[in-house]
Amino acid sequence: MTQQTHPYSIELEGISKRFGTVQANKNIDLQVPAGTIHGIIGENGAGKSTLMSIIYGFYEADSGSISIDGQQVSIRNSQDAINVGIGMVHQHFMLVENFSVLENVILGAEGGAVLKQGMDAAREELKRLEQEYSLDIDVDAIVEDLPVGLQQRVEILKALYRGAKILILDEPTGVLTPQEADHLFRILKSLKEQGVTVILITHKLREILASTDNVSVMRQGEMVAHRETSKTDKEELAELMVGKKVRLKVNKDEAKPEQTVLSAKDLSFFDGQGVERLKKVSLDLKAGEILGIAGVSGNGQSELLNVLSGITPMASGEIQFAGQTITANAPKNAAQMRDLKMAHVPEDRHKMGLVTGFEAYEAAVLGYHDSEAYNGSVLMKRSAMLEECNERMAAWDVRPPNPHLKTANFSGGNQQKIVIAREVEQNPNVLLIGQPTRGVDIGAIENIHEQIVKLRDAGKAILLVSVELDEIMALSDRIIVMFDGAVVGEVSANEADERTLGLMMANAWNEGQGAQA
Amino acid sequence: MFETLILILDATLRVSTPLILAALAGLFSERSGIVDIGLEGKMLAGAFAAAAAAAVFGSAWIGLLFAIAASVSLALIHGFACITHRGDHIVSGVAINTIVAGLTVTLGLDWFDQGGQTPSLTGDARFTPITFPFADQLADVPVIGLIYSELLSGHNILVYLAFAMVPLTYWIVFKTRFGLRLRAVGENPHAVDTAGISVALVRYRAVIICGILCGLAGAYLSTAHNAGFLKDMSAGKGYMALAALIFGKWRPIPVLCACLLFGFLDALAVRLQGVSLPGIGEVPVQAIEVLPYVLTVLLLAGFIGKAVGPKAIGKPYVKERA
Repeated sequence: MTQQTHPYSIELEGISKRFGTVQANKNIDLQVPAGTIHGIIGENGAGKSTLMSIIYGFYEADSGSISIDGQQVSIRNSQDAINVGIGMVHQHFMLVENFSVLENVILGAEGGAVLKQGMDAAREELKRLEQEYSLDIDVDAIVEDLPVGLQQRVEILKALYRGAKILILDEPTGVLTPQEADHLFRILKSLKEQGVTVILITHKLREILASTDNVSVMRQGEMVAHRETSKTDKEELAELMVGKKVRLKVNKDEAKPEQTVLSAKDLSFFDGQGVERLKKVSLDLKAGEILGIAGVSGNGQSELLNVLSGITPMASGEIQFAGQTITANAPKNAAQMRDLKMAHVPEDRHKMGLVTGFEAYEAAVLGYHDSEAYNGSVLMKRSAMLEECNERMAAWDVRPPNPHLKTANFSGGNQQKIVIAREVEQNPNVLLIGQPTRGVDIGAIENIHEQIVKLRDAGKAILLVSVELDEIMALSDRIIVMFDGAVVGEVSANEADERTLGLMMANAWNEGQGAQA
Repeated sequence: MFETLILILDATLRVSTPLILAALAGLFSERSGIVDIGLEGKMLAGAFAAAAAAAVFGSAWIGLLFAIAASVSLALIHGFACITHRGDHIVSGVAINTIVAGLTVTLGLDWFDQGGQTPSLTGDARFTPITFPFADQLADVPVIGLIYSELLSGHNILVYLAFAMVPLTYWIVFKTRFGLRLRAVGENPHAVDTAGISVALVRYRAVIICGILCGLAGAYLSTAHNAGFLKDMSAGKGYMALAALIFGKWRPIPVLCACLLFGFLDALAVRLQGVSLPGIGEVPVQAIEVLPYVLTVLLLAGFIGKAVGPKAIGKPYVKERA
């Protein structure tokens, strides 16, 4: 916009925030030039979200100041933030799901005690916004019926409707297909052209490089670097993020697949509402390979893991495993599958992998707690459990190496190491592993990836489910794509590229199809 | 036969009134995400306060004010526990019910010395029936006359108020800014908070409205429907209202229908006392009295589909997220 008088639309000076003993933000300075897209990257726990929460008025900073267009402002709650023109698209959408798009947009900005008038005015205004920023959406649709990509657009509209000049997006692409993400970035570009300042928080380097003008890097609560995006690259940013040289590729040799150890045929599963979540899924898993299951979250991957691991019974189909035929009429539960040497690292470690109130040594035997190694005639052998836990913590570099610490108090990466160690140390023949590095920082990701490859090289069969395409592509020897409960494609890792997989994940791929989706 | 039906329907309106008021009270509270099992207690407290104040001051209207004050105070205690201190909604509600059940009788004994009852109310200390214009003259006109003079006319002000509250509630909940925020806060308080609205404030307003309506329901019991306070006179009507609320899926019009149905069964039970039905014989009153409850369970279990309440109901709102 031409009337911009101040070069920086938002300026932070010396922002600090402490939660108990944790210094979440330490003396942060940041200047975001008006009308640009500014990326903020950092590992999980680097303090990005805390910083944005301070800007949006969720938390108050212990010290420091915020200026908008050169004016120092005090932001004590979300209303203050909205008033100075800040809008935020949260990672988990802040939408009322059974409200219409229109109702969601006007919530908090209704324009009068009776809705009618405000709604009509909002309808007009939304029409204008939609045209101006090419954000097509049916304003009368109920939000829960919309795909996530559109729900995100509602969030953006919400901010624009409130007159946001600064739009903050927190990890906006986590739930999107690559195509939806591309669309989002086109929208952000057009916002920028209209003079909106966009702040993009992400841990995905690719997005930063593809869409931002400037980038700031956070590490351990501090702002460690500012770069012009055009003058930096993936390697430099990654290094700044973690503070040491990291590999973006997993080092592994060609797989040497051997005999099939697990074979699933026509697996079906219906959820509580009678919706078919798995549609005749068949797959073969060979010893010495990593089979990756790609897909946007919620397309049957979780159900597949649950059915294979025996947690939920299948509706039909059969599984051949360890010389047994498992069918709907002859099911095996999770404990029986474990006895057949199948290990399972569940997708959600808080819900299914750990009891967060347990101490580490207790969590480390979950699922194997009946094993003779841990049990005396009546009581459990505490000392044996502790000893083993100490050994594993040393071997897997779990920090802090304290078996008496509650699992809830470990960081995400260390919790995950506890779970993976527990499963892998049982020397399984098949390892099912879901989202191995969700919420895990880069250093630990590397370590976990190495362990998975090591297990494969030891001749184990590994089924990897992940919504991170980078992870699937880096680790897998073979990739299956799931969409809407069915397998929609299979490619060998060598042939896989992001675009093909992305299109398959959106079920927009036709064999032999040319360049256009 | 027609006259009997009209009389039963007439009774239905009278019996349904406290249910409607209490169910709408619950609607405001639960739409905001606050479970209110304390409808019963608030109603009983309202009934006692109304009767006590009416007995002392000789005015039903002053009694009504006291009923509202007592009920709103309890609602605020519930709010303080559930909203400010994020306590368990059920525990707080049960505590209110228990306290009120004991306290009303204790105070009644101490103040009036009549075995826990309040003195009998007469004259202005009660809400009296309002007779519509020409009701008596039209009474003899076939069909319409009976409906006008018996069914529509001759109720006290609180009955009409209860029925008027239904469209008003609908309008407030679905057509006003407060209603939008109320519904939003019960579904996703985080969305409300990020929109710059105070979650606590919306919820406090909701429980206060809940308190006012429960107070009305209580006053109706002791100063309109009856002439004084009796121990435990709410007799489970608060729970019944809660059932009607769920039965009506937290929507004003279906909730009204549920209340009327329950009221009708109640009125029917009274009518059928000692009546011998052809082929069945004498139906035990208890069998009919139990019908509303059985019906709720049966209908909820299968016939009207799942009753999905506000999503954030019963969950304390915690701003800090991990």
